[in-house]
Amino acid sequence: MIQPEERLAAGIARLILDPAQPPARHIAVGAASPVPAAACWLVRLLGHPVRLSLLHRPQGNPFTEGSRELFDLAGQGRIDLFFLGGGQIDGQANLNLLGTGAWPGRTARFPGSFGSAFMYMMVPRTILFREEHSPRVLVPRVDHISAPGVSPPEHFRRGTAQALVTGRCVFRFDAAAARFSLASLHPGETAGSVRAATGFDYDGSDAPVTADPPPEWLALLRGPVCDEMRGTYPAFCARVWGGLAA
Amino acid sequence: MPTDTILARMTPDTLAALVPDGALLALPPDNSLSPGAFARALARRTVRDGGARGLRLLGVPVSGYATDLLIGAGCVAELQTSAVTLGEAGAAPRFSAAVADGTIELLDATCPAIHTMLQAAEKGVPYMPLRGLLGSDVLAHRPDWRVAQNPFSDVPDLVVLLPALSPDIAAFHAVMADAHGNVWVGRRRELATLAHAARRVLVTVERMVPGNMLYDERLAAGVISGTYIDTVAVAQHGAWPIALLDEYPADAGHMQEYARAARTMAGFRAYLDHHVLPAAAA
Repeated sequence: MIQPEERLAAGIARLILDPAQPPARHIAVGAASPVPAAACWLVRLLGHPVRLSLLHRPQGNPFTEGSRELFDLAGQGRIDLFFLGGGQIDGQANLNLLGTGAWPGRTARFPGSFGSAFMYMMVPRTILFREEHSPRVLVPRVDHISAPGVSPPEHFRRGTAQALVTGRCVFRFDAAAARFSLASLHPGETAGSVRAATGFDYDGSDAPVTADPPPEWLALLRGPVCDEMRGTYPAFCARVWGGLAA
Repeated sequence: MPTDTILARMTPDTLAALVPDGALLALPPDNSLSPGAFARALARRTVRDGGARGLRLLGVPVSGYATDLLIGAGCVAELQTSAVTLGEAGAAPRFSAAVADGTIELLDATCPAIHTMLQAAEKGVPYMPLRGLLGSDVLAHRPDWRVAQNPFSDVPDLVVLLPALSPDIAAFHAVMADAHGNVWVGRRRELATLAHAARRVLVTVERMVPGNMLYDERLAAGVISGTYIDTVAVAQHGAWPIALLDEYPADAGHMQEYARAARTMAGFRAYLDHHVLPAAAA
């Protein structure tokens, strides 16, 4: 029985390893991101020489100048890949981590923008991850923009979203068209079910099923990946892989 | 520079008494030496004596338990931060309620902008530029942040200019201090930038150590010099329920209890009664 989180982590790992993309030598993973963290550990434990900076693990990153060092590195272009999500994500890949309703989120307040307004523009590749795939999350137009999906030429920007991974499917992002297209459907989903659950318009209606993680990937996730993550994400590991929360 | 005699009398409550109404108070997030005991002392002062009102909090660069507690206790008029979160325990309930009710003024920021404003202050320059942010509504709602053409570029290239920011007070919980007022924060060096930029720095520590940490080459790189530190108080387990580096982990059960209780104002008041108000004797 493959857990949904395992499928998502494997799907993200495939995106990280996409040979058509610029290389991911140094990947940073933000706080409260267990599925992206699992994907990164999987890539690393598969033997790929990637440097992982896990921001919420005290000894899990190379930063000795405090948390500003991540942003200094990213400003120089020395972080190749980052992960972002959002309380709302729209069809142009705009991210809203602020809230809904009147500014600054009087209807439903989200935690806040964190470093998204900077990181999204400074890193060459961003993989968007949001497990909930519903019309309230994937909206035609975000209420507020924490970080814009695309930018005009006079706004310095190294890259955009590469893809959006949800609990139902994988979308690819075309920065020139500022549009998502359907890349794969997770088992149990159909073109119609994804279209109905998505508030924004996107290209493509038929897509292959998201591949199962191969057995050796599952073995890594359930063994050494879980071991690496249990200290940082005890509740997540207990839920997905069992055992006691630390 | 504190001496042993003064330190013996210092507690989180005496530090909290040094915070004037309306002060701009900078606090680190839950993964970077958050001063739990100090925050409870401040909340106690407000709830019991009506002191420490109208505080303007600054999250460096985000906010957690201490900020949510102070908002619930009614200490806070304004909050500038890049996010408020209780980590695995979820959303910060008193913060969310205050935004919904419009009872605090919220200045949304983004992490590197807060670091940059503090770095400008520590350098004594009026502003520093930062990339990114263009096209964000965070920038659109900050009339104090400016956009300008990069003067070194011949092509259109806009950068954001951020004003220097000097908090009135910075407070955090360090691992140890010596009699020279030096405090040890390990690799959490953003706290050094914060201490350099703040007008006054109040620190609680787990313990005092003998000698001068700046004479120990292996400790010195993790020290903030007493030059920048105004007052130190010993508060054992002073980060609780937050983790303190490799000294002790977070109390995840207590964080969940807080997150649950603080969903309602009645639950939050019960939390104050159990965990905040009686601790004055400690």
